[in-house]
Amino acid sequence: MHQPGRAAEIKAIGIGKSFGSFRALDDLTLDIGRGEFLTLLGPSGSGKTTFLMILAGFLPPSDGRLLSDGVDITRQPAELRSSGMVFQGYALFPHMTVEANIAFPLKVRKRSAADIRQRVGEMIERVGLKGHERKLPSQLSGGQQQRVALARALVFEPGVLLLDEPFSALDKGLRGQMQAEMKRLHEETGTTFVFVTHDQSEALALSSRIAIFNHGKLLQVGAPEEVYDRPANRFVAEFLGEINMLPLTGVRQENGSMVGVCEDRTVRIGAGSGVSGDALLAVRPEYMSIAREASPQQNGIAATATASTYLGAATKLDLETQHGAKVTVSVPNEVAASALNGGNAVWLTWPSDKGILLPAGGR
Amino acid sequence: MRHLSNRTGAALLMAPLLLFLALSYAWPFLGVVKWSFTLPEPGLGQYGVLLTDPLVQSVFIRTLRICAVVTAASVICAYAITFVWVRGTPTQRMLAEFCILVPFWISVLTRAFGWVALLSNRGLINTWLQAIGVTSEPLALVRNEFGVIVGMTHFLIPFAVFPLASAMRSLDDRVLLAARGLGASGTRTFWTVFVPMTASGIIGAALIVFVFALGFFVTPAILGGGRSVMVAELVYLRIFQSPDWGLGAAISVVLVLFVAALMALLFRYVRPRQMV
Repeated sequence: MHQPGRAAEIKAIGIGKSFGSFRALDDLTLDIGRGEFLTLLGPSGSGKTTFLMILAGFLPPSDGRLLSDGVDITRQPAELRSSGMVFQGYALFPHMTVEANIAFPLKVRKRSAADIRQRVGEMIERVGLKGHERKLPSQLSGGQQQRVALARALVFEPGVLLLDEPFSALDKGLRGQMQAEMKRLHEETGTTFVFVTHDQSEALALSSRIAIFNHGKLLQVGAPEEVYDRPANRFVAEFLGEINMLPLTGVRQENGSMVGVCEDRTVRIGAGSGVSGDALLAVRPEYMSIAREASPQQNGIAATATASTYLGAATKLDLETQHGAKVTVSVPNEVAASALNGGNAVWLTWPSDKGILLPAGGR
Repeated sequence: MRHLSNRTGAALLMAPLLLFLALSYAWPFLGVVKWSFTLPEPGLGQYGVLLTDPLVQSVFIRTLRICAVVTAASVICAYAITFVWVRGTPTQRMLAEFCILVPFWISVLTRAFGWVALLSNRGLINTWLQAIGVTSEPLALVRNEFGVIVGMTHFLIPFAVFPLASAMRSLDDRVLLAARGLGASGTRTFWTVFVPMTASGIIGAALIVFVFALGFFVTPAILGGGRSVMVAELVYLRIFQSPDWGLGAAISVVLVLFVAALMALLFRYVRPRQMV
């Protein structure tokens, strides 16, 4: 069994899960590093929660193996695995006080009464629930219940903490606060966190690495900057935030970098390789800017502004290229105003290392 | 004022039933209350007898004892059946449903005589026990308290099932998963999480069974063989066999008051909706 207080390292090898003829998870291979904060991100039905349930031991995988610190735990029942788990909706014991909820995993492990009292006291202090020890979960607010769930899952120092969309029931302000708190708990405990969400901004803000799922397949794993700036395919690129897609033709290698033709102009592309001929160029709105005139040194295409949305700090500008592609750009407010007032064509430019080359077609 | 009109509507729908109950039950019962204070002569005499007569007291004590045992037995059996009914595999569910509903459709009289056939000296059970040599003499399984308890428990199990099923169905599965994930075995999860979380169902089931059991007449009369007289049978004997209407009426009034107190408890701890 796991040694308390030590973060676990988990290896999933070729994990698959079928429900009847439905393939919920397919051939997933993933290493979860000791002490990392890994987020499983994807739309609902993408297989991320299925994988979490397999990690917890609540669902047996149909294929593949699961190793924890080198030990095969594929068939080990949940209660012997002892991973801490925070459920969607918290799943607190409604008939037990805050104290009793947090003490539960220690009582099950037959720790001494003095040890239990001390650890529960420490944990209550750590999650800021002092004064609420004797309350029942129904007497607490959503944020407080969330804290009890976190405390209960961490009090026995599990090797890994599994979190299933824990913030989905909280309002936006509280959500930000709980996210910060969870990040702090991760740093303080050093435990491996595996976190499931469908909210990409939450994933980008919290994780040391993000694993992106769709249709039961793991599409890409990497640090937030990596998956955001270097998405492996169109789904990842679009799921992580707004992105503009421009068709490219005649993609080839030239002087060590990639070039292609976009809207009749030759553009340089920093990222992406193994693609030639027709492809897609993806650029995030915040990396694009507006210029009055073309410059031969810079990537640029002509476009006409069609609409603008004032966002306060910046303005979102919708444009249409000469070939009819729709593009969104985030620009300073005064630039937007002049682009719209001009009425004429403007130049859209972007640094070549912010352009991402993706295979054409496939999503 | 939609709420109000809904209430008025509900009252109108219930009116025929309430009228029927008032005419057929409440009105005659007021007569019974009157008898208890006026027969054979006006005064509290019959209630004095209730407090002093050893026979009446022994019947009350026996009734409470039988009801307590029957309640415990019914709720425990019903808990097991309901657990299978609510959480079992589809085949187990069907089997449990069969065990719950079939007795429900058979008359109480038939079931009482069925138990006589099973439990009597020359009944199935004693014949088998002697045939395989477990006992040499037939065991006294019927015409005593044991027979009454068996028959009543069997009759009352389905009534305990419904409040229990409602409590078990409303339980969030994730709470059980959470307990397992935190390291509790299945057995521990059952006792420390599942049972406490269905406590309202257990209280509801116990009160319903107890209240029903208090007024049992046919089953104790048949399976008790006149030796395990319960309160309802005592009322019958006082009114129809020894014309002692005043005492019979006084016993009835006490019984009704006791049941009313229990019902008040029931509605306090269990919402009526949970009982069906």
